[in-house]
Amino acid sequence: MSILTKEAARSILEKVVSFVKADECSVTLNGTNEGNVRYARNTINTSGLNSTLTLNIQVSFGKKTGTAAINEFDDASLQKAVRRAEELAQLSPENPEYMSVLPPQNYVESKGYFQSTADITPEYRAEVAAASILPASEKDITAAGFFNDVVSFDALMNSKGLFAYNINSNLDFTVTMRTNDGTGSGWATRDFNDVNRFDVKEASNIAIEKALLSRTPKAIEPGKYTVILEPAAALGLLGPMLFSMGARQADEGRSFLAQKGGGTKLGEKIVDERVTIYSDSLHPDLPSNTWSNDGLPINPSTWVENGVVKNMFYTRYWAEQKGVAPMPFPGAAIMMGGDASLAELIKNTQKGVLVTNLWYIRSVDPQTLLYTGLTRDGTFYIENGQIQYPIKNFRFNESPIIMLNNLEELGKQQRVNGNLIPSMRIRDFTFTSLSDAV
Amino acid sequence: MRRRDFMQVGGLGLGALVLPLGAFGKVISAEALLAPGMDVRQKKKLADLALNTAKSKGATYTDVRIGRYLNQFIITRERQVQNITNNESFGVGVRVIVNGTWGFASTHDLTEAGITKATEQAVAIAKANAKFQKEPVKLVPVKAHGEVTWKTPIQRNAMEVPVAEKVDLLLSANAKALENGANFINNSLFIVNEQKYFASSEGSYIDQDIHRIWPTFNVTVIDKAAGQFRSRQEMAAPMGMGYEYLEPKAEDKIMSPAGFVLYKNSYDMLEDVVVATNQVKEMFNAKAVVPGKYTMVLEPNHLGLTIHESVGHPLELDRVLGYEANYAGTSFATLDKWQSKNFKYGSDLVNLIADKTQPYSLGAVGYDDEGVQCKQWDLVKEGVLVNYQAIRDQAHIINESESHGCCYAQSWSDVQFQRMPNVSLAAGKTPYTPEQMISEVEKGIYIAGRGSYSIDQQRYNFQFGGQVFFEITDGKITGMLKDVAYQSNTQEFWNSCSKICDESDYRLFGSFFDGKGQPSQVSAVSHGSATTRFDNVNVINTGRKI
Repeated sequence: MSILTKEAARSILEKVVSFVKADECSVTLNGTNEGNVRYARNTINTSGLNSTLTLNIQVSFGKKTGTAAINEFDDASLQKAVRRAEELAQLSPENPEYMSVLPPQNYVESKGYFQSTADITPEYRAEVAAASILPASEKDITAAGFFNDVVSFDALMNSKGLFAYNINSNLDFTVTMRTNDGTGSGWATRDFNDVNRFDVKEASNIAIEKALLSRTPKAIEPGKYTVILEPAAALGLLGPMLFSMGARQADEGRSFLAQKGGGTKLGEKIVDERVTIYSDSLHPDLPSNTWSNDGLPINPSTWVENGVVKNMFYTRYWAEQKGVAPMPFPGAAIMMGGDASLAELIKNTQKGVLVTNLWYIRSVDPQTLLYTGLTRDGTFYIENGQIQYPIKNFRFNESPIIMLNNLEELGKQQRVNGNLIPSMRIRDFTFTSLSDAV
Repeated sequence: MRRRDFMQVGGLGLGALVLPLGAFGKVISAEALLAPGMDVRQKKKLADLALNTAKSKGATYTDVRIGRYLNQFIITRERQVQNITNNESFGVGVRVIVNGTWGFASTHDLTEAGITKATEQAVAIAKANAKFQKEPVKLVPVKAHGEVTWKTPIQRNAMEVPVAEKVDLLLSANAKALENGANFINNSLFIVNEQKYFASSEGSYIDQDIHRIWPTFNVTVIDKAAGQFRSRQEMAAPMGMGYEYLEPKAEDKIMSPAGFVLYKNSYDMLEDVVVATNQVKEMFNAKAVVPGKYTMVLEPNHLGLTIHESVGHPLELDRVLGYEANYAGTSFATLDKWQSKNFKYGSDLVNLIADKTQPYSLGAVGYDDEGVQCKQWDLVKEGVLVNYQAIRDQAHIINESESHGCCYAQSWSDVQFQRMPNVSLAAGKTPYTPEQMISEVEKGIYIAGRGSYSIDQQRYNFQFGGQVFFEITDGKITGMLKDVAYQSNTQEFWNSCSKICDESDYRLFGSFFDGKGQPSQVSAVSHGSATTRFDNVNVINTGRKI
């Protein structure tokens, strides 16, 4: 049994903490139950089950720390692991950045667990694959997809009496539909905490429709185009930007948020004023953990508001150095959207390119947040408010900062990969070459 | 937002500093890394139990992998150690064929009861999936090897080197960088030891001891006034070697035509870090590249990544067949191109070789993870596509009578599948040095070290950066360039290959983090080459203002 209740977790952690002789300790207990099914060539290829329960013990003498991990829970094994961590700590060099463990904190309870997802069976997973393959095979299309569900809990206790517990469920689904003539490809992704919200047929049909629409694409010249980025494509560039918002890197001068002449861009407008990005662990469409790995409460936070940098991530150490409150990295990001549907965004476009997804995105220049990558699985030319024809994929070289300065219109939000992201129309998006890939 | 989603996937994950441990990976002491694992007789006994159990439950084939995976990471920045971690993961994976269908299960419980249960689960999964099976598994034959062993031919086990000695090397390198004007330096040392026992119903019991090592650094200089920063990484490669790789030898040093030292089978971190710091300072005043067509002279520690992405991946047979369609993608190198026997992948000079035996390489093992003895084979011969990478259940598709021996699982808890072997570009046959190569280039760019990389899902269109770039004008290197990336199409690029330096310039590039599959698994792989020239390649300027 890998998923423990709050009380069962507390009981194990209390015992471990009682065994510790070091100055301080911080003990975590994590368990997961994970299942998946993978299909390709219109048949199931693999399916798997994985279950883990691990206890991690970190102890410290002054600023010297040692860690040990174990998956056996009898008293003798727990004692042995604690002694091993203590021995390692005594042998370790001092960590000048060690922070004393936190006193008890107040947490709100996370809403991310759904019994429906915990109840998923191998038969359900096989049916997901079958329900995705069937409509594909009826339309001369080959389906390949992956469905993964996980239930996990995290518990944390330290020697100052802090205790935190969280249980969460989640599922991720991606599907690629390719026409059997090899000229069309479509894709869709879905993720939810509650499996009752998931409709495999709906997602598969969108991918099928894109595959059929994208057959025999035309080549158009690379250059600067107005683009409509669907939420998954937009996240491809927004995600790396958010991950680059660490305060320490900015203060050290090695970040896109470093200021000319020293200092940071905190408080400065860096993108269009319609851009607001925040996090809220209790958002009903995106519930996530309410505390961070080191026990800090994750409170609702705004990162970019009306185009202005409002906050950066601060570790406890760096926050202390700078005399500010620590800001843990959030579990999920939310970008405010507009009311326009994707169809309306297309309708409002004179000339442009609709992008389903971006692929193989890699940093080219961390200073300007320049990234390269390619469009994939459904790229279409729009003229006079209508999709005219499918086009060959493009390679882009673009920075999310430039992209968000060239914002024309925001569409509705969609949950993508654990975030809520709107579709968006962007002018002058830079495509630098053509790809023959389908 | 989940961090794992932003770890590099579907290709080389150079940014991900976490090696998989499988389920129940645990932190241990440095001394425990040297403790002997389970006795080989006990492993055989447990393996036989799984083989017999599976057979009695209807399996027509079974393999058992009992694995002990040991990793040590030492991570430092400037004057301090950030982390030292020793990890151990020990368990067993059982794979069976029942009713023509694969089933796999794994457990950390290495008791007789644990192994029996895992074997029964593997059989049950195979039976459940058989209902949906449309393509029954066909295995090509494999030799029964009996009881054999293989070990990476290391000279000094890096796990045995005291942690203090390793920390001292890393902190000394940091001190040199700071003394020479670096504002920041991060460095690390990763050491891996896979102790793998394989047994199969075909009659093989294979005990292997595999070692790898990877030193890294990233040195950064800040120009506060301009609000700019520049960095350079190490010119080392991860290698299938022991600590001897970090004990520099004069014969392994190669002078680059741009006047700095590069390395073959041993690495001088203390020397390279000074070169790197000086080069980073120079980058601020480097000339911005003018976009256009250039002759590219590509150094092996750069070209290896291009080989990886544009040759290694498209010739994985499972990609070609569509098994990776939902993730890493498919391939332009379709079966009809191979069947034509005249598909020109590259120019006549281009010979691309797959090899799981190459000394010092990351992919070198005696036997793969389904008990096939490893070998070398041609992928592209004199420019023509001649073969793919295939394992036992794929070889029949390309009319081969034996597997290529390139099956791998990242741990005992993951199922093995086809993974890229070392794929290398053969050196030129006639004596030819990088200096001679440069002297014949009118307008070109010399690139050393791996940089930014991206390629489409069928492996046509790619873009690569590098660590350092130098302008070549009228046969001479005339200075450093910045903001360089080249874009090309795989077939066009390899057909523009016009010169390859000789064997004396040949060396390995490598990565610990080649990613593939869902759930994703990583694999370590090397790519050898000598400095090589490509004509008329499109170069873009990546400089931007935000």
